[in-house]
Amino acid sequence: MSVRHALLALLSEGPKYGLQLRNEFEAKTGDVWPLNVGQVYTTLQRLERDGLVVSDGEGEEAGAQKDFRITELGERELETWLRTPPDLSAPPRDEVVMKVLIAMSVRGVEVREVIQDHRRYMVELMQEWTRLKSHDGRDDLNFALVVDAELFRLDAVIRWLDAADGRIARFDPEADAPATATPRAMPYPLPRRTAVRR
Amino acid sequence: MTAALELHDVFKTFGDGPTAVHALRDVSLSVAAGELVAVMGPSGSGKTTLLTIAGGLEDPTSGEVFVDGEPTSKMSRGHKSQLRRRSIGYVFQDYNLLAGLSALENVSLPLELDGVSSKPARIKAQAALDNFSVLDKADKFPDELSGGERQRVAIARATVGERQLILADEPSGALDSVNAESVMRAIHDACKQGVAAVVVTHDAKLASWADRVVFIRDGKIMDETHPPSSPEAFVAHPAQ
Ligand SMILES: Nc1ncnc2c1ncn2[C@@H]1O[C@H](COP(=O)(O)OP(=O)(O)O)[C@@H](O)[C@H]1O
Ligand SMILES: [Mg+2]
Repeated sequence: MSVRHALLALLSEGPKYGLQLRNEFEAKTGDVWPLNVGQVYTTLQRLERDGLVVSDGEGEEAGAQKDFRITELGERELETWLRTPPDLSAPPRDEVVMKVLIAMSVRGVEVREVIQDHRRYMVELMQEWTRLKSHDGRDDLNFALVVDAELFRLDAVIRWLDAADGRIARFDPEADAPATATPRAMPYPLPRRTAVRR
Repeated sequence: MTAALELHDVFKTFGDGPTAVHALRDVSLSVAAGELVAVMGPSGSGKTTLLTIAGGLEDPTSGEVFVDGEPTSKMSRGHKSQLRRRSIGYVFQDYNLLAGLSALENVSLPLELDGVSSKPARIKAQAALDNFSVLDKADKFPDELSGGERQRVAIARATVGERQLILADEPSGALDSVNAESVMRAIHDACKQGVAAVVVTHDAKLASWADRVVFIRDGKIMDETHPPSSPEAFVAHPAQ
């Protein structure tokens, strides 16, 4: 995620202070990605160095007093970035895919149980996001959009797991017996909103 | 507290001999009042069979189904069909609404079949349509409604009156994801008012509305989700 371009987008609405940029960034991304003030100022410095923003504050001290505005070059950079698709041409080395592939060749490991462990975890994550969305998603469009993106991403992982499960079952008739995964408590992290910080 | 719905060691076999299909094998499931449970599994895994047995539309080969603590096998036929009409609401993918009846008539029909006279039945039906934001479609016929509106009318019908249990089989059918979400939101809202629900789906986005997701494969419940052990266990995603 490009903090740089997100800041440019916020500045395209008008001049702003550093702290204000931090707060607006978090609000506009549905409070899902926390951002520290230090990161905002380093990014602003680089943007200024590259001529994409200018500041008209009082010298070097007390960054919070500086007012930043976007330049024409900055506006062009923002527009180009918005329309440039990310490079997805090479498949990422997906951890879940790797684990399932490896599980098939590790002796004593039931690959369909491994698949179910991952499936359950993904569904639990989705439940958590949906819970957050159903609590306050009605009036927070930005948050709902970010959560949707996460739900679709996790859903795609589950669909791949389902497809892998079916493919493996068909490939190896021995694996048809239903696996009984042992229930256990959630040992993995779940998401939450960061907004409480303010 | 007695569960709103309980399946106890349920088996269901279709046919016999070498061609017998074991659609459910030793399924036990308990759903509390106010709880929304989703059942996920591949096609042919027994999801629909589980739902029809839970709703008393079919009998298990062995095992017992309890509705509000009462074993359905001990009920008279009359009592059982009254239970099906009065306490259980069904949302099925295919046979949803009756084409010759308006939205309002579709929703009031189960009440009238149950002996409620027509005026109070209409008032209750209007309230149910209103609950799911389709009161303005009361006089429309199913073929005059969008897919999302039809589903909401079906859910209004499933929750009208004193329904305590909603059983939904792939309730979002071919809906787009925003409409599918509103179906789940509607069921979720009904559960918050104390109704128990079992929703069968292969879509994890819909299942994620449930308090608990149960995984079924080859007629067996093989796993289920667990609520997070404590809210403090959550960690925020670090910013990249
Ligand atoms: N009435 C029936 N007669 C014979 N077999 C059936 C009948 N209903 C379901 N089955 C079989 O039972 C199994 C489970 O079916 P079903 O419950 O419809 O699965 P799902 O809803 O998960 O796709 C399948 O193998 C199906 O063919
Ligand atoms: Mg089915």
